[in-house]
Amino acid sequence: MSNRIDQCFASLKQEKRSALVTYIAAGDPNPELTVPLLHELVNSGADMIELGVPFSDPMADGPVIQAACERALAHGVTMKNVLSMVEQFRRDNQHTPIILMGYLNPIEVMGYEIFAKAAKQAGVDGVLSVDLPPEEGEELLQAFEAAQIAPIFLISPTTTTERVQLISKVAKGFVYYVSLKGVTGVKTIDVAAVQTKLNELGQYLNLPIGVGFGIKDPQSAAAVAGVADAVVVGSAIIQQSQQAGDNRDAILSQVSQFVKSLRQAVAQVEKTV
Amino acid sequence: MTNLNAHNSALPDERGHFGVYGGRFVAEVLMQPLDELTQAYERYKNDPEFLAELELDLKEYVGRPSPVYHASRWSEVIGGAQIYLKREDLNHTGAHKVNNCIGQALLAKRMGKTRIIAETGAGQHGVASATVAARLGLECVVYMGEEDVKRQAINVFRMKLLGATVVPVISGSKTLKDALNEAMRDWVSNVDDTFYIIGTVAGPHPYPQMVRDFQCVIGREARQQMLDKVGRLPDALVACVGGGSNAIGLFHPFLDDSDVKIFGVEGGGHGVESGQHAAPLCAGRPGVLHGNRTYLMEDDNGQIIETHSISAGLDYPGVGPEHAWLKDQGRAHYVSINDDEALEAFHALTRTEGIMPALESSHALAHAAKLAKQMSPEQIILVNLSGRGDKDIHTVAALEGIKV
Repeated sequence: MSNRIDQCFASLKQEKRSALVTYIAAGDPNPELTVPLLHELVNSGADMIELGVPFSDPMADGPVIQAACERALAHGVTMKNVLSMVEQFRRDNQHTPIILMGYLNPIEVMGYEIFAKAAKQAGVDGVLSVDLPPEEGEELLQAFEAAQIAPIFLISPTTTTERVQLISKVAKGFVYYVSLKGVTGVKTIDVAAVQTKLNELGQYLNLPIGVGFGIKDPQSAAAVAGVADAVVVGSAIIQQSQQAGDNRDAILSQVSQFVKSLRQAVAQVEKTV
Repeated sequence: MTNLNAHNSALPDERGHFGVYGGRFVAEVLMQPLDELTQAYERYKNDPEFLAELELDLKEYVGRPSPVYHASRWSEVIGGAQIYLKREDLNHTGAHKVNNCIGQALLAKRMGKTRIIAETGAGQHGVASATVAARLGLECVVYMGEEDVKRQAINVFRMKLLGATVVPVISGSKTLKDALNEAMRDWVSNVDDTFYIIGTVAGPHPYPQMVRDFQCVIGREARQQMLDKVGRLPDALVACVGGGSNAIGLFHPFLDDSDVKIFGVEGGGHGVESGQHAAPLCAGRPGVLHGNRTYLMEDDNGQIIETHSISAGLDYPGVGPEHAWLKDQGRAHYVSINDDEALEAFHALTRTEGIMPALESSHALAHAAKLAKQMSPEQIILVNLSGRGDKDIHTVAALEGIKV
């Protein structure tokens, strides 16, 4: 078992439950809070973490994550800062997989090989570059392969069978099924449609499938947990953090309560597939 | 029937690359819609019926061919080469933008799309999109940075009169780049019935190629008009470059004419050395934004930085990938003109020729004036007068402390 992502899915398979994957943007609401938030997410039941790398032009994200990126950038958060946050987190947590999620340009500017090595060294397990389809990814994929970082890819309702096959050749760790046509955090998920699509995808993919975009609460998390290998929640967590105001403890506690409720909902559902 | 693209260019390759530039860097959800668009474009660009309809619209609705005009008085004042103007300002809606909008809207109709979205900076592309949407009876939503909505109030009202919904974009720097982000988000969310008319030669493949092909009518006409008028090709071409669609439209049919020098003029803002400018080709470096790899204005961490130009249409941190390629190849030269120089050219042309240029085009004029001074009166510079200046009257008045 090569990395934390594979190990995580393997042990959850034995538990017969879906993974709860939680997203926060690094540096939001402030850089000092990111590492404590990461630990809080894990302590409250997150199995994996997607850590958003803030970018000035997050084209695939809805207003909630856009605003989170803007807050982080207002604090001057850079890719190097994000990697050092991961490094700091790893001092106390060696088991929870961390996937960086963001856009290509901050990686491009650093240089593919330098980034891949630095990310691995910091303790990153996978990278999802939203605006990098496999067709444009050859060089970066080589760098990831060399550094043993899992390239995570999106699949959407518009993805053709041909493209699913293309993605299945290069993806590692898991694939992330975008449950609806849209940006993050805006619409509401249609679980029945997702199930149909996942059955179809299962024919071509040998990887676990996570589902995200539009999962807002324990109810929708539970519904998705019944059909997917992982449930990804992002915007809803950021909204909780925002509602808590400026107080550090209030933010940590509100996020924690929400993640606990998600975990409870996910854990109630026994996965049959 | 005219071929859309007279220049025998092998570029881009089938995935939209101009050397290392261009390509398709978008979220997965857009890959299939972009394939669908590429297939439709490939099919119709050689379809006689489509081309005939396009040609008729360009002739009877846009008013093409636009004339080439010898600005003899201004040339005399400058004292050097003769300056000729390709009068895209005389097109319906007042700029070159409509050439592309007509083409894409006809394509949208054939693809069965009922809703048009567009991004706009100065408002010219928004107005052109709203115009063709009105004519074809399509719903139209235009995304415009909140800053630009303020700067270009007249164009905002024009779009509303045409029945379009103008959505002010409040994210990021609230300018053209953010309007493009927001339009992309709309497209991702409404991809089944919506056609995204990108206004420039940027964005993911096939946009840089498709928009170029629709704008090449400028250079195709101009090349023939120069041959008819003076019996030879100009010594130099000059056009302003924001995203670069009017420039590529003029340049492309001349690329094989190696004696014709080509100059693209970026917005120098307060001066490239001040950092407050919109000149990625002159002072930026390659990166990935808005679906393609190209020269960008970015910081050391890969974040896109805010640009500044007196002209909203040049206020963009990226540039079409083919320009990036032409720069690296050395076939075209890219320079910058500062706000004050552009303004001076705006006044000069207005006063000597009775032609009020858009502030965007004024950048090209200012560089042409610089070049002309170093050339002899027998030589010829052809400038793309990409748009008219009516929309900029408030900006110019405000700079002079006058309330209109």
